[in-house]
Amino acid sequence: MPTDTIPRPTRPSPWRNPAVRSMVVQVLFVAAVLALGAFLVHNTVVNLRRQNIAGGFGFLDREAAFGIGEALIAYTPADTYARAFLVGLLNTLYVAGLGVVLATILGTVMGIARLSRNWLVSKLAQIYVETFRNIPLLLQLFFWWGLLRETAPAPRLAWQPLPDVFVSNRGIAFAVPSPDPAYGWMALAFLVGLAATIGAFRWARQRQAQTGQQFPTGWIGLGLVVGLPLAMFLLSGAPLTLDRPEMKGFNFTGGHAVSPEFAALLLGLVIYSGTFIAEIVRAGILAVSWGQTEAAMALGLHPIQRMRLIVLPQALRVIIPPMTSQYLSLTKNSSLAVAIGYPDLVSVTNTMINQTGQAVEGIAMIMAVYLTISLIISALMNVYNRSVALVER
Amino acid sequence: MTDVTQELPIVVEPPPPATAGPLGWLRANLFSNVFNTILTILAAALLAVTIPPIIRWALFDAIWTAPNSRACRGAGACWAFIHEKLRFILFGTFPYEEQWRPLLAVVIFIALIVASCDRRLWGRSLAFLWLLGLVAVGVLMWGGIFGLSFVGNQLWSGLPLTLILAVVGMAFAFPLAILLALGRRSQLPAVRTICVAYIELIRGVPLITVLFMASVMLPLFLPAGMTIDKLLRAQVAIILFAAAYLAEVVRGGLQAIPKGQIEAADALGLTYWQRTRRIVLPQALALVIPPLVNTFIGTFKDTTLVIIIGLFDLLGTINAALNDANWRGTSTEAYIFAAAIYFCFCFFMSRYSQMLEREFNKGRRQ
Repeated sequence: MPTDTIPRPTRPSPWRNPAVRSMVVQVLFVAAVLALGAFLVHNTVVNLRRQNIAGGFGFLDREAAFGIGEALIAYTPADTYARAFLVGLLNTLYVAGLGVVLATILGTVMGIARLSRNWLVSKLAQIYVETFRNIPLLLQLFFWWGLLRETAPAPRLAWQPLPDVFVSNRGIAFAVPSPDPAYGWMALAFLVGLAATIGAFRWARQRQAQTGQQFPTGWIGLGLVVGLPLAMFLLSGAPLTLDRPEMKGFNFTGGHAVSPEFAALLLGLVIYSGTFIAEIVRAGILAVSWGQTEAAMALGLHPIQRMRLIVLPQALRVIIPPMTSQYLSLTKNSSLAVAIGYPDLVSVTNTMINQTGQAVEGIAMIMAVYLTISLIISALMNVYNRSVALVER
Repeated sequence: MTDVTQELPIVVEPPPPATAGPLGWLRANLFSNVFNTILTILAAALLAVTIPPIIRWALFDAIWTAPNSRACRGAGACWAFIHEKLRFILFGTFPYEEQWRPLLAVVIFIALIVASCDRRLWGRSLAFLWLLGLVAVGVLMWGGIFGLSFVGNQLWSGLPLTLILAVVGMAFAFPLAILLALGRRSQLPAVRTICVAYIELIRGVPLITVLFMASVMLPLFLPAGMTIDKLLRAQVAIILFAAAYLAEVVRGGLQAIPKGQIEAADALGLTYWQRTRRIVLPQALALVIPPLVNTFIGTFKDTTLVIIIGLFDLLGTINAALNDANWRGTSTEAYIFAAAIYFCFCFFMSRYSQMLEREFNKGRRQ
């Protein structure tokens, strides 16, 4: 047999072994990254020692000694840096939370308006989207801030676009209902109504699964959620007294007033993000093909059922992932507050860094906060997304 | 048997008057039902209330030339401010006599951007053109040779600075982004983890923190005695930031390449880098050109943030011009002017990317 004439293949060199190679490449890569990191850390330590800056977070317990214009919790310059940081964090969360809600409303309305068969309405929505999407957010913030701070008149001559709303260079003052114990009960009634609606939904779904009979949960739920608080309101004698802003001295007292900085920041964030949300909503609705609607009609579903059971679940599947990143970028964009002087997280920490020189710690704290917010929002949206995602094999 | 088929004269009747012509268009698009009619009336009322005062303010009552803002106080816009400050807004602190140089640089940038829109030019020659253009811009801005006087980059400002930050930022972020995207798709766990960590870290924080880091911490990172100027710090921050976003765009393209392509390349015996360079990347990058343009628009808008660390880009020179005590109270006009410039660039590019997207999708639609 001539088999012995074929030479036995020699063992390939270890370098030809994919496992060995990948190990070597990875070790080299990690070593390079670590070396770069070590080089930077070493330089930083040396430089900090030269500048006599002690590292660590001990400075957080020291007295801040700077004022913050707007705070949601009690704060004085005698408080610690840690508390100042907390004030900034709460301000960021406040403006971002409000911004997300308002931008979603504006964006959804504009996205639907762009699809309207009414030529004028869809053109107006298109002009809004194209204009404000193509102008940098920071420029828009400066514009609104300049408008409110410089162009708006003194409180005595304040513009009054709506009754009981006053726009002046001191900010926007508007009427709010005066506090009344009835509002607490109304909130409770709202929660009870909500719980009852959820219960009704579960029960109705079970009954429909067992007997096939439908139950008008939509109307019942609406009645519970709106009706119970309304009943409570009427029962306690409809206590609606408005706390109106009034001129006293050089500024308004009473009502609720927001600073020009806050108003400009919120306005800019909502208008800018609203354009992106409008495009997302429009794309989501367009992604559900007309055949789906026709099929739903053929099944005899009425328009609300068609929207709720057929179109919306499919549109949401397309809408949610980009919407998540819009919410995240709105939150991150709220950091531009530092440019117009609203005391958000970044601007408070910036003051802190300038006073103490603890740049590394300060920036690490800001980054940690934003990373945490990003992770939480994307985790929540992922949970929601999973509930509407297409279930595949 | 009677003939049922009768010859009837065909009468061509005009369509009912209410479905054709301008009236029909109005009816179909504005007044098709009660709800639509109400919407139309509301929208028209809104326009009637807002548009005439704005036009009066911006055109008829506007003051076009005036020595200062006090002489300009009136019912209308004070465009005299723009008229007076135009050169400072556009070119900032660049030496006055030499401002033809940044002007030429801006023209080169615009010409390059316009040339890049022509798909016939896409390829090696365009890259060469860009390289040539960037060298020309560098020579014009810095000077020091060909008889041009040297101008330090701390004097660069206005529109050329904005364009340089955006274009150079993208040019350097792009190769970095490709490496990051390849790393994220890599089969080597250590490489993948580090790339994912970098991308997610940068995407999870606002640009402003990266800029702060570059302006405050970059000097700390470097060995003693080594300094790095403000413009370069901002440019590094923009590159690092844009690279993370671009990497995700490129990854989108990489994921869209069918596995068969990679298997075919393997079957041909190509190495990883041959396969990536000759098979995967050319297809993947072609797919992601529209989102690349969008990322460029985002970077262009983001460059405005450099004013927070003390550079004078277009928005920065506007703010500096507004600080002139002679021109108080003209911020609305100034920002509208700046907005118009940014809008022209961004709107043109976004329209272009939409057009590309339509072109690319032509073959895919049934």
